[in-house]
Amino acid sequence: MKTVFVTVGTTSFDELIEAIISPAAVEVLKDRGYERLVLQVGRGTVFPTSKTCSHITLETFRYKDSIAEDIKNAHLIISHAGAGSCLEALSAGKPLLVVVNDKLMNNHQLELAKQLHSDSHLLYCTCSTLTATLRTMNLSILQPFLLGQPQNFANFLDKALGVK
Amino acid sequence: TSYFVVTLVFLFLLFCLRLYVVLKSGAKYKPGSKGSVSVLVAVGSGGHTTEILRLLGSLSSAYSPRYYVLAQTDRMSEDKIHAFESSREQGDSEFSVFRIPRSREVHQSWSSSVLSTVNALCYSVPLVFRLKPDLILCNGPGTCVPLCLVGLLLGVLGLKQVVLVYVESLCRVQSLSLTGRILYPLTHYFFVQWAALRDKYPKAIFLGRIV
Repeated sequence: MKTVFVTVGTTSFDELIEAIISPAAVEVLKDRGYERLVLQVGRGTVFPTSKTCSHITLETFRYKDSIAEDIKNAHLIISHAGAGSCLEALSAGKPLLVVVNDKLMNNHQLELAKQLHSDSHLLYCTCSTLTATLRTMNLSILQPFLLGQPQNFANFLDKALGVK
Repeated sequence: TSYFVVTLVFLFLLFCLRLYVVLKSGAKYKPGSKGSVSVLVAVGSGGHTTEILRLLGSLSSAYSPRYYVLAQTDRMSEDKIHAFESSREQGDSEFSVFRIPRSREVHQSWSSSVLSTVNALCYSVPLVFRLKPDLILCNGPGTCVPLCLVGLLLGVLGLKQVVLVYVESLCRVQSLSLTGRILYPLTHYFFVQWAALRDKYPKAIFLGRIV
């Protein structure tokens, strides 16, 4: 089943959860062939169940020790702008749509999401533009994200410190 | 009292001169020539831990022993450290874990941050003086500041040359973290991972993304 995985990390992001289970958003997801929605809601107060959202196969949880499996099984990841979440999704090579929480002020984590967007590694929107973005998004423009190269750091340091 | 003031000013100037010498000479010091380089790793929480273990993972077995220093309130990093160390080659797992009080919580006020950093300093002094590492490696959390200051102090007092290496987090694209701004003038090797920062901080080393 084509799956969308939504993650908010350790934060609370009720607006995103409400926006993604709204009838309009769910309809767009189904039009695009997604049949299953998995929600990781963190500290949020909104905890949808199949009763509150019956139009799509739904699974909701707060936290897991590792979301690697959920990421692996997803065809699209919708995430808050947290660096850890973004990097985990991109390292797994999954298409990523970042939803910016415009209620958070001076969030320096946005710097990374903005840069990755400008390098075409992810798509970017707000809760109010989520449905429109899902409708019109073109995932084929996303560029693969290559992991950083710590070996360059090691080579530099070995040389600088005289390590053989 | 005037003698007292003169002595204080003299000691202060002497301290500044020694600090200048320590910063200049540390950049040329090659502890690797003696075979192994002991590393004190300042460990923060969450993403900082992930990043620093990625960096350590690339270092050879010459970088040993590894002394991990965590904040007392950090519950998750120790497991990650043990997992990392068990994944290293057989025989290359000489490490220990220490804890000091947290220097600053996120969003903690200026005035109380100074107090908590001074508190962390009091714990850092006996620890770093005992360990006398060749290298201090850090990447942003508040734990770095007292540890690096004591590392410099070891040099200023002529007890041990310590090389200070700072790697700014991948999350810092346009602006340095507070720790980064404090330590930029006080470290021997300061790495940034995005070009915008290299342009703003000319002394920084830019090798692209390294985590």
